[in-house]
This record gives sequence, C-alpha cells and structure tokens, in this order.
Amino acid sequence: MKILVPVKRVVDYNVKVRVKPDQSGVDLANVKMSMNPFCEIAVEEAIRLKEAGKADEIVVVSIGPSQAQETIRTALAMGADRGILVTAEGRVEPLAVAKILAKIVEEESPDLVVLGKQAIDDDANQTGQMLGALLDWPQGTFASKVELDGGNVTVTREIDGGLQTIKLDGPAIVTTDLRLNEPRYASLPNIMKAKRKPIDTKTPEDYGVDISPRLEVVKVTEPPKREAGIKVESVAQLVDKLKNEAGVL
Amino acid sequence: MAVLVIAEHDNKSLNDATRAAVTAASKMGGDIHVLVAGKGASGVAEAAGKLDGVAKVLHADADHLEHKMAEALAALVLSLADGYDAILSPATTTGKNFMPRVAAKLDVMQISDITSVESADTFVRPIYAGNAMMTVKSTDAKKVITVRGTTFEKAGDGGSASVESVDAPAGPFKSAFVSEELAKSDRPELTAAKIVISGGRGMASGDNFHLLDKIADKLNAAVGASRAAVDAGFVPNDYQVGQTGKVVAPELYIAVGISGAIQHLAGMKDSKVIVAINKDEEAPIFSVADYGLVADLFKALPELDAELAKAGY
Repeated sequence: MKILVPVKRVVDYNVKVRVKPDQSGVDLANVKMSMNPFCEIAVEEAIRLKEAGKADEIVVVSIGPSQAQETIRTALAMGADRGILVTAEGRVEPLAVAKILAKIVEEESPDLVVLGKQAIDDDANQTGQMLGALLDWPQGTFASKVELDGGNVTVTREIDGGLQTIKLDGPAIVTTDLRLNEPRYASLPNIMKAKRKPIDTKTPEDYGVDISPRLEVVKVTEPPKREAGIKVESVAQLVDKLKNEAGVL
Repeated sequence: MAVLVIAEHDNKSLNDATRAAVTAASKMGGDIHVLVAGKGASGVAEAAGKLDGVAKVLHADADHLEHKMAEALAALVLSLADGYDAILSPATTTGKNFMPRVAAKLDVMQISDITSVESADTFVRPIYAGNAMMTVKSTDAKKVITVRGTTFEKAGDGGSASVESVDAPAGPFKSAFVSEELAKSDRPELTAAKIVISGGRGMASGDNFHLLDKIADKLNAAVGASRAAVDAGFVPNDYQVGQTGKVVAPELYIAVGISGAIQHLAGMKDSKVIVAINKDEEAPIFSVADYGLVADLFKALPELDAELAKAGY
C-alpha cells in the first residue's frame, strides 16, 4: 500500500506572531518556520503503518515556496521515502491545495492520504475534507486512532463530547488530531540519508490548477487587547473582587 | 438572497451553537432557512422553527443521517444548495467535518470559524491561534461559512416558522458508523457554561481534578483543561480548551495551574473575566488575567471552596 502525506511549512508554533503595521498580514520576515505540528503527526502515523508492514511506500508532498523543500526533507529524515514539491508563492488557499493534491492522487494512486487536521497559520481545517470531496473518497477527520484492515480503514475520531469510531471503504482520507501519536525526532544519520532521497519539483501549472485566491484579504489586525489586570493577595480578596467588583459571582 | 443554516443537534435537542449561527445569518440579510438533518429529530425541527428570524425549517429524517457522517450530510446539503446564496453551519466538530466537502463540491472557498459579519460577502476570522484577525471578502458566488459560536448572540425563541420535509440522498457513502463513546457529565456543556474552571499540568494528577469538580458544582460551572492536562491523561480530550480544542467565552474563566501557552489562550481569551491561580508569578497567563493569585493551587483551591461556602454557594 502507498500512503501520501501532504505537509505544510508554517510559522513555528512557539512564535508569537506580530501583525504588520500596514495591516497587510503578519510579519513573517526572519521568523522561525517549521513543519505544521499536525503534519508531523501525519508523517509519524504513515511511518508507523509502514513499520507495521501495512504500507510499503510513503510519498510526501508540500505546496509552497522553494523553502518548503526543507519541510519535505524533515519528513524524509523521519522515514518517508520520496518527496514532491509544488512551488507556489504567496497565499495558496485550501481549495487550490486540495485541487493540486487531487491531481497528485490521480498520478500516484495512493491507498491512503494522511493530512493534519488543520494548519496552525490559517487555522482553516478544510484541506483534507475538500480533497475527500474532490476524489469522492470517504474521510476520517480528527483521528486519534487509525487501523488498516485490508482495504478498510477504521478511524476513531475526536468529536465534541467524546469519541466516535467509523469504518471507511478505502481508498480514504484521514486527518490527524493531536493525540494520534507522538512524532519522532529525526536522527543525524537519517538527516544525512534524507539528503539523498529524491524530491520532484513541480508547479501548479503542471497540474493545470489555478491557484488564485478566492478570498481577498481586506486587512489583518491585532485582536482586541485585554486591559491589564491586578494581582490579589488572598483567596478571600479574590472572591470579594469577583463578587463586588466584577459582578460575575 | 436566502441563507441556509445547518442545525447542530443530537437528534433530541437543538444545540446553542445553532442559535449563534442563525444570528450570524441574520446579519447577512435575506430569508433564513434552517436544515435539521437526523433521525427522529422532529422535536429539534420544531425547536428550530421557534428561532428568531427563521422563515422555514427543512427537516430531513433518515436512518443514515443519525450520526451526522460527513459524506451523507454533504450530499444532502448539496442537493439543497441551488436555492441559497450562503450556507452556514456552527463551527462544531460536525460542521468542521462536512462543510468543506460542501464547499469543494460547489467549487468555493469555505470561510472558517467567522467571528463577525461585516457584510454579505465580508467576514472576520481569527488566524494564527487568534493572534491576528483577518477580514476577508469572498469573491465566490456562494458563500460556505462556519460560525464561531462564542462570538455571536444566541437567537431567541420568538419565531414560528413552518417545518417542511425534504428527502435526503441515500448513498451509498463508503463510510459507516461503528460506535460512539460520549463522556457523561451532569455539568453544563463547556462551550455554553457561564463559568468555566480549568486545570493544567499543575494539577499534577487526574485525582486532583476533584478539587475543581467541587468548586464547579458550587458555581454550576463546567470543568475544562489545558492540552498538557489532557495529554498527561488527567481528563478526557473533550475537556480541552484551546486552538485545537474547544473555544469558550464564559462570563468567568478560572485557570488553575495553567501557564497560558498561546494555544490555550486562543480558546479562552474572549472570556469576560479571567482569573489565574498559579504559583509561578512569571506565567504568561497573568498577562491576560483580570485577577491573578500567585499561590500553590493545592492550598488555594480548598480555600476557594471554603470562601465560596461562606459566601453562600
């Protein structure tokens, strides 16, 4: 079985981003970038399925600037087999990404596509579902457990209120939630080895996909700031303030 | 202009998130129709008809709609999409699951988790874990939108819309429900509670959460948690408040033993009043807290419990 894993290069999750003064976006100059944490979980899951003898090849795809190649290398160092980089500058929306991925799925015919549930930059939570729709494949989103059984995929999903288990008739789409696994660190020898693994470079035009955004960004602003609070000395004072000053008790 | 709102429910009662979505729809102008899809959910359809501003309720009743599987719901919504300029759903796990399928099939970009409606084609939504707000104008003919429940008023019960049955496409859908494991709780739902008390890694163990439970029972509050507390196995994952968990905006949020990582703040910083109890006075949570108490939570929580008892709770 072949697994396709799309990965995204995003601002590192520990960075507190700053909005540009001209309100055109957030300042990404000289900010640390990393693989989106949910994508790391997707790569890890694919590797575990391969280690369990359920998959034989893992192909990693990233769509973005040429630096996204580093993100693909990271996945290769974790254990993926080869990469596809689709170079595209600027903001590429989930719909365009899903369309490119659908073309790659047609070319590569994977049995399973594993994506992160959302990217921590645009927080959209759409790409996996959109890809499922474009391919007419079933989807198991927000997965906290994935089991392969022949062509079927059993997915336990994190839903409001608890967990839900569903069975998908493969080929299928899975999007990962935080508790699916703990991604491994790439070892130095594996990072060296990853440099020799192949990465194909493509463009959206190669796939005949128009990536012009459908959503025009009018402005990006700072969220409303909270007024500075006070420190209280004791629990009694806290209860008193909540009751008599804030009026919430 | 007509707007379709897809109701969130458990086949028995209408979820409050639907009320927020109806309010968002009313800000776009035009007729509002609500779709109730489920099995045996006629009570929900009736409740939806009473919502302020709703002109009509569409009720689809079928066995295969019982568990709100994405494939079946998307097919149903698509069968109705022709008549609408916009389709809205609450940004619950159900809405997040099926709506992007609808958008992709209609070849439009979904606008996720909106917090404000500026006009019929312009919306505000948080990005980067709520550290920036993006105003976007959609150039698509049809708008597909999910609505953040905590930022819109809940529509009231002043309406009297008629309920009309609609057929649901029957599939087959290549996906099947196997089982569900729902956490049982007598407390108010996290996203709807007026008061939320959350514990973090500082709680040290799951057993210690009873300290929060006692206070929550006194205040009729919901209990939440940070990702650290969930990952450590202290509480189930549906307690999680944050960028990747639930977004809450209660009147009062009490963060206990939570450092205040940006991913957690994304889920609670719109609360009206925030209280932080933490022994580390440098913890980032104090930068958003209205009232901060630097103290050992194992001392402070029993004291709080006692003070509340004294105050008549």
